[in-house]
Amino acid sequence: MRRTRAVEAWTVEPLDRFVGETGARLTLLMTPAGQVLAQQGFTRAVDVMASAALGAAIFSSTGAIARMLGEREFRALNHQGRQYGVFLGALDAPRGKLLVLVVYGPDSSLGLVQLFFADLAEQLVVAAPEPEERHGPILAADFERELDESLASLFGR
Amino acid sequence: MTHPYVRLLEQITRVGGVRGAMLVVADDGLVVAESLMVGIRGAAIAALAASLTRRFAMVTKTSTVGELGFLHLQGEDGTLAIVPAPTGVLVVAVGGSDMNVGLARLEMLRIAEVAR
Repeated sequence: MRRTRAVEAWTVEPLDRFVGETGARLTLLMTPAGQVLAQQGFTRAVDVMASAALGAAIFSSTGAIARMLGEREFRALNHQGRQYGVFLGALDAPRGKLLVLVVYGPDSSLGLVQLFFADLAEQLVVAAPEPEERHGPILAADFERELDESLASLFGR
Repeated sequence: MTHPYVRLLEQITRVGGVRGAMLVVADDGLVVAESLMVGIRGAAIAALAASLTRRFAMVTKTSTVGELGFLHLQGEDGTLAIVPAPTGVLVVAVGGSDMNVGLARLEMLRIAEVAR
């Protein structure tokens, strides 16, 4: 069975369960800024980074439409292709909002993904640790080191 | 005003032992219309029923018994019945173990004919 690769270990179990239940092909857990916390199914770092950036951009741009309709935001979006669909859902974790991008194929369905996304959101909220306070300035060197560490965690390098 | 699909579903829910009925998109597992008793998780049943139907349809196709026409699952405490309509919609009924499956099936087949 494919396993979730995660920067943050608390995300692994809920995501593994979600993928097992839905049969999702690709799953990505990220912040609204596109920072990846965990992934399952991707084999190339460039695909993860591109999907995260595009997913975050979709969420952000549709947020503008939501506000035009008097909504604060859309909590879930779905793009349906002939064979594959992309589901993008938001959840509120103790550290702030998180996005989940799911690519599902003909062996799954939007209904299944929606159903188990609700469970995933609950499990992630329960599993998430309290936010840490960050002291001191964020340095470029720290950023690069953290990025390297994240990529190593996500792809087991 | 009640949606015409809901009025159709009420023909199923009038059958003895039936606790709810739904029209579900087979590909997506999403509810089109529902007439359910309080406490029945329609969205969850719809998603799982669509998934089950897809798998059973593969079984019937592989075992050369033809298209799936009716799916009946009997549990200890209840019954789930599914009729796939030719239009890609599933007619789903949920009931207790006392559900009159024969009559429910007749109503479901009738609705599958007209649900377009």
